[in-house]
Amino acid sequence: MLITRSRLPFALAAGLVALALLVALSLALGSFPVAPRDVANALWSVFAGGDGGVGDRARSVVLEIRGPRVVAALFVGAALGTAGAAYQNVFRNPLVSPDILGVSSGCALGAIVGILAGLPAAAMQGLAFAGGLAAVGLVLAVGSWVRGHDRVLTLVLTGVVVGSLFSAGVAFAKTVADPYNQLPAITFWLLGSLGGALPADLAFAVPLMLLGMVPLALLRWRVNLLALPDDEARALGVDVPRLRFWVIAAATLSTSAAVAIAGVIGWIGLVVPHAARMLTGPGFARVLPISALLGAGFLLLVDTLCRTAVAGELPPGVVTAIVGTPAFIALLAASSRRTP
Amino acid sequence: MTLAARALSFGYPGREVGHGLDLDLAAAEVLCVLGPNGAGKTTLMRTLLGLIPALGGQVLESGRDLARLSRQAVARALSYVPQASQGPFDFTLLELAEMGRTAHLGAFAKPGRKDREIARSALERLGIGGLAERPIGAVSGGERQLALIARALASEARLLVMDEPTAGLDFGNQSRVLEEIARLKAGGLSVLLCSHDPDHAFLVADRVLLLESGRVLAQGVTAEILGDENLSRLYGVRVHVTEVDTPAGRRRVCVPALTAGGGSSPVATGRFMN
Repeated sequence: MLITRSRLPFALAAGLVALALLVALSLALGSFPVAPRDVANALWSVFAGGDGGVGDRARSVVLEIRGPRVVAALFVGAALGTAGAAYQNVFRNPLVSPDILGVSSGCALGAIVGILAGLPAAAMQGLAFAGGLAAVGLVLAVGSWVRGHDRVLTLVLTGVVVGSLFSAGVAFAKTVADPYNQLPAITFWLLGSLGGALPADLAFAVPLMLLGMVPLALLRWRVNLLALPDDEARALGVDVPRLRFWVIAAATLSTSAAVAIAGVIGWIGLVVPHAARMLTGPGFARVLPISALLGAGFLLLVDTLCRTAVAGELPPGVVTAIVGTPAFIALLAASSRRTP
Repeated sequence: MTLAARALSFGYPGREVGHGLDLDLAAAEVLCVLGPNGAGKTTLMRTLLGLIPALGGQVLESGRDLARLSRQAVARALSYVPQASQGPFDFTLLELAEMGRTAHLGAFAKPGRKDREIARSALERLGIGGLAERPIGAVSGGERQLALIARALASEARLLVMDEPTAGLDFGNQSRVLEEIARLKAGGLSVLLCSHDPDHAFLVADRVLLLESGRVLAQGVTAEILGDENLSRLYGVRVHVTEVDTPAGRRRVCVPALTAGGGSSPVATGRFMN
């Protein structure tokens, strides 16, 4: 265990410094490179006023084009990482994640219905949340109905099935969408992209993601008890159904807000908490902040690569899948060795 | 601190497991619930812990009706020691023991220095203080069971309910756990345990309750209740209770009277009797 209880403050400080460097790098890199000093000046000018002695063009690239995208990557990564960590505790299984549980597809279907109906952002957000909650509710309901089987396997399989049901809904929505306006928007958005995040969207989604993450942070110690069998946790004095409901609601809220601005970006919710747990051990009070930092850093790194490594632009979901698939297989192999 | 059941009916909606049960657990007393598989021991235990509502009658904790208490209040008075099982996450023994503090912490709180001290001293009391930073997956089954007892002690509840605390343990670890149960009693705690080994009742229990298909077959002082007749009726096989001399004094043991004979030769029996 690298990050023990006493080392957590140092680890968080070091993580924040690394994240700040990554942010600076991401703001500087791109098809229009900006010198690190100009990045710093442009950022400073936000607080100090004036143009900071940076050219208008560099300033607008840093603040208006790359800035919102960096903010979106940081928050979406942190939201997905922490939501994944929470789901893994609630489902007592380190192999679940928002995408495996069908939550992402549920959110996607909700959001697409919003696009089809031409609803404003707030309503689309609400539909994404409802879709995600419906998916996770369905998975839980089927999981508790089909007893006597391997609980974990049931949940994961149900998640896959529920996810594909919602994906079918998404496919249907595409066939009825207006092929000139709505369909390209839906298709582009389904691939997952941080490029379309406008400051107006962020102003809406960031508070919602925080609204999901703050309760998890407040409950960070108590969430550990959800990893115990229900009887044990209840006998220790926890109102398990209520705590579980709030944790699922919070994780689903931040997932849905993340999906609503960035589309479906898979794997972060699975791989990031796992990496965090390797560093910290299973204590959720440490897993949660480290997952937030790793998620934010990982998605920012991936997105920066996506827009700088090739001439055009790669969808970040493609890169996270390339990293995530082998990681998932490795986890599955490791856990099957551990449990007889 | 006492635990009592009055005219208790227990079970699940639409499926009553037991009916009209009375029991009493006094302070600093060990009560052992014995019964064959499927007698309703676990269901009874879950009802006594308030994990499932009583279908009829009452469970009283020091005279207070359990059904009227909050989850937290129940947890402060009564703690549960489950059978050791392997969870998905490898908490350390100290983290596990700290979870015993839950009922003393607010929803948004985490264990402070005092809670950690209490958890640590609970581990030390059970002789596993040196393993505090070890992950639960990296200790033996016996140590895992002791860690769960430590977690129960950390809650500072005076009544402990243990579900087959020796199940799945080897002979040495069974003895170690029983030894700790005797020590807890000496420390003034009350323990209700269920077991499927009558010898364990001889070793640690002041009183026993024999449960058969949800009914009380007999209950009372261990030595008076656990005789050939009751045990034979309870388990449906012929059982013989005898006494042996041990360095710690005369002790009762029970042996099933196998009709097929075989394994235990007269020589071995002779040695056993002397």
